[in-house]
Amino acid sequence: MIRVEAVSKKFGKLQVLQQVDLICNSGECIALIGPNGCGKTTLIKSILNMVIPDSGRILVNEKDISGDYLYRSDIGYMPQIGRYPENMNVGQVIETIQTLRGTGKAVDTDLYDAYQMSQLLSKRMNTLSGGTRQKVSAVLAFMFNPGILILDEPTAGLDPLAAEILKEKIMAEMQRKKLVMITSHLLSELEDIVSEVVFMQDGSVAFHKSNAALKADTGKDSIAKAISHILREQAS
Amino acid sequence: MKKITRFVLTDILRNRIVIAYAVLMAVLSWTVFNMEDTGSKGVLTLLNIVLLVVPLVSVLFSTIYIYNSAEFIELLLSQPVKRPQIWLSLFGGLSISFIIAFALAVGLPLFLYADFHQAVILFATGCLLSAIFVALAFLAAIMSRDKAKGVGVSILLWLYFALLFDGLVLFLMFQFADYPIEKPMVLLSATSPLDLARILNLMQIDASAMMGYTGAIFKNYFGSGWGVVLSFGLLLAWALVPFWISLRIFKRKDL
Repeated sequence: MIRVEAVSKKFGKLQVLQQVDLICNSGECIALIGPNGCGKTTLIKSILNMVIPDSGRILVNEKDISGDYLYRSDIGYMPQIGRYPENMNVGQVIETIQTLRGTGKAVDTDLYDAYQMSQLLSKRMNTLSGGTRQKVSAVLAFMFNPGILILDEPTAGLDPLAAEILKEKIMAEMQRKKLVMITSHLLSELEDIVSEVVFMQDGSVAFHKSNAALKADTGKDSIAKAISHILREQAS
Repeated sequence: MKKITRFVLTDILRNRIVIAYAVLMAVLSWTVFNMEDTGSKGVLTLLNIVLLVVPLVSVLFSTIYIYNSAEFIELLLSQPVKRPQIWLSLFGGLSISFIIAFALAVGLPLFLYADFHQAVILFATGCLLSAIFVALAFLAAIMSRDKAKGVGVSILLWLYFALLFDGLVLFLMFQFADYPIEKPMVLLSATSPLDLARILNLMQIDASAMMGYTGAIFKNYFGSGWGVVLSFGLLLAWALVPFWISLRIFKRKDL
């Protein structure tokens, strides 16, 4: 599980995160949504320690992450834009990560097989299309059976079939009591997998509700409608 | 840590530019020793080539390589790897491969033709200079996100140490010729790794006329034995301090 406590971050003069508090438990699938530039990716990068918060603390599996690095072995991360060394081929990238994560552990090859990665192994990363890179990112995120999955815009760039495969995989992982955190703008895609909705605005959490509570409170039948209802109410 | 270093090392040693650099240095050093009649003269000519080419190639290539590794660094950061380890492995990989290239290209003819004592010193300075300018590249690269700016800074660093510094020393010397400036001049020479390397080598060869002003004072002050130890220590500091500063920045950097 992840616990974010009063985390703030400034990039220069821009306050990107402002006193963010968030508790995510295992077995939940959390949708992190909000307008562009509201700090979703920065929050995710803070959890991964790629961005170091100015204040506040983050606990992953009950342990403070500052100064720690081993906690990341329990996180599978799929970045928004997968950037990989251009001169490596797919096989080398997977192999590198595998040696870093420790060989010998059983790997989850569901996505590897579903995306037919074995045919791509000798292709260099700079020749891959955006969607194929996303597939590589997805394969790497799920490969090592992490307890926490952080997916930043996972379906952007994926073709409908690949997106469907990924969705099924996410649901299967939720059955196994894993924590899944997803950011996406395609609210309709999240509809049937999300259990909690975290709405961020201007660097802070506007609300954190369960899917059902959100729909009940707004009287709408889908997340997309509920969110636009809330935004319209705010505007008026 | 070892895994990442090995990966970086194999990646660089296969790089065409590094191979071209090694071939160029090998051709130059074999030619120098075949043209000059005595080993000492050869060492002297080779020293001037080493002082010019080694820093330029190490600093430029490393800066560009670090910028191009941004994706690799990002990929590693989301894995259970210590942050300093990534930076250290990159530094290790880059400096080891430049030292290997230098050792194969220059080391071989050097030990074959030159006087053993002089060869050891030139070999050691070449290796240290490689590491020093790789370290300076890390400093230049961490200072800005913009690749063009970083590469510009690394070229300026090279230009300053290889050319401008000598001019500066000369200028100060003439300006303050009426004052006792020996001590400040020795200190000044410590602020340039290339000046230190030159003094260090020339102290071994009987060519005090070519040591320049700071060199003459250096020898006068420390004699050969202490001078060698001190300048080696200073050179080592020149490799470690810039890298250490860049490591401290990297630890807190947002990526």
